[in-house]
Amino acid sequence: MAEDAETVQNEPAGGEFEREPVPENQTKGWRSFIGMYAGEHAAGTEFMIGPLFVAHGVSAFDVLVGLLVGNLLAVLSWTFLCAPIAVKKRLTLYFQLEKICGVRLVELYNLANGVLFCFLAGAMIAVSATAVGIPFNMPMPGLNDMYPNSVGWILAVFAVGAVISIVAAYGYDTVAHIANIAAPWMVLVFLACGVAALPELGIHSLGDFYAIAQEKVWTGVPVEGQSQFTFLHVMFFAWFCNLAMHIGMSDLSIFRFAKKARMGLASAAGMYLGHYMAWIAAGLLYAIQLNADPTDTAVAPGPMAWKIAGATGIICVIIAGWTTANPTIYRAGLAFQGIRPKWSRFKVTMAAGLVATLGACFPALVMKLLDFVALYGLILMPMGAIIFMDHYFSAKFGLQEYYAEKSRIVFNWAAGLTWFVTLALCVALNKIANIEIFFLALPGWFIAAFLYIALSKVYQKSITVQGAVS
Amino acid sequence: MKQALMIISILALVVLLVAPTAVFLQKMELSTCKHWMFAATVIWFVTAPFWMKRKAQ
Repeated sequence: MAEDAETVQNEPAGGEFEREPVPENQTKGWRSFIGMYAGEHAAGTEFMIGPLFVAHGVSAFDVLVGLLVGNLLAVLSWTFLCAPIAVKKRLTLYFQLEKICGVRLVELYNLANGVLFCFLAGAMIAVSATAVGIPFNMPMPGLNDMYPNSVGWILAVFAVGAVISIVAAYGYDTVAHIANIAAPWMVLVFLACGVAALPELGIHSLGDFYAIAQEKVWTGVPVEGQSQFTFLHVMFFAWFCNLAMHIGMSDLSIFRFAKKARMGLASAAGMYLGHYMAWIAAGLLYAIQLNADPTDTAVAPGPMAWKIAGATGIICVIIAGWTTANPTIYRAGLAFQGIRPKWSRFKVTMAAGLVATLGACFPALVMKLLDFVALYGLILMPMGAIIFMDHYFSAKFGLQEYYAEKSRIVFNWAAGLTWFVTLALCVALNKIANIEIFFLALPGWFIAAFLYIALSKVYQKSITVQGAVS
Repeated sequence: MKQALMIISILALVVLLVAPTAVFLQKMELSTCKHWMFAATVIWFVTAPFWMKRKAQ
């Protein structure tokens, strides 16, 4: 999984087209989007997600087919939900939200986004820390650890966190350049790790793969203390792990540069390289560790990659974590600065880095990454439903599109209540109906869509009446 | 010059894939493969910056 990139936008931070549609002559072709998605979705966190599927006891069929279907649904979500609106309006997510929701509600969205970015970066810092600790024989945190397990872990996390934060605050461009250079290499290291891992598991021909995979990798039996995952868990996770980007519409900011909406299909490069091949390869690395010692259930990407790829594996884990945590912290800083533009970019980014680092100290953040990623998407998803309904259904229901802009309000309560009530109902579905977090976004989207139209009907009418009276 | 560096970079990526494939086909030991992969990594990071464009952020 990964966060959206600004690389394809090719515009200076805080620069052009932030408050105007992207002109036709600035649009980009397939290559830009394929390259961006392929690079962005082979990140440090892929080293965690693949093993966590193994730990949750999925079967070989669940993983191989569940990921195939889930990633397809993700690609279709980008192509048919996000990209068409992006190409039609050619506006950033934030500007579009401002027009619909009002500037104050967007500030709240920025705050939520910034905090979530911090914790996502924290998970990436933790991934890199597992590689940094190898030369020092640092004990790795266990799969069920909630709190830091050693002083060494805290020191490794703070060392990585400090470097990433300082670089994010000072030299974002350089790291972005390193990330671009590392991207093709990193994808191939994932693939190389997967291929080299096969003989270690006793797989010497492609014909052996499925039978041995069932027996030694995705056995269908969870590691002690982990819940049982099924086909649906895998499929929904693959679909929704970038929920904020496609259905949540974050990638409006990316696809506003697309010549055609069908360029949403370029996301397949990221899904099938990063979220299919890389997750499977990382799962194989973890299976080798479990087969060597079934009690060694720690999901520590550093040692896993070191065992199969040596120094290349360590470099890959560090760079994968670093190059993805860096822009994430930078974006967290931007999100916070969006709330208070007078705050210094340097100080805000450093503060975001500190929050990310503190979060990374707690292994629970990275060991429960699947749950966190699902929560991250769920929290931001209602805003995507609001944008979708505003774009396609406002006129059909006699509502005003871009209501906040047209009526000059700073907080559209119809949108705000839609967000809060949807999340409250999702919590209720989770607590009362026992629907797991991985499945909540689907009913949640329909709840948000319905609520936005219903509440807008009441709210827009009341504002109009008040306006007429005054 | 740039073209030559690009070819070397691409060859490094090829090595990165060929070495583990050789391990899979039992033509190479894993320890040897790790050396090849490391060499390919060094070559990639030394040569690629010279021809990969720096994108504006």
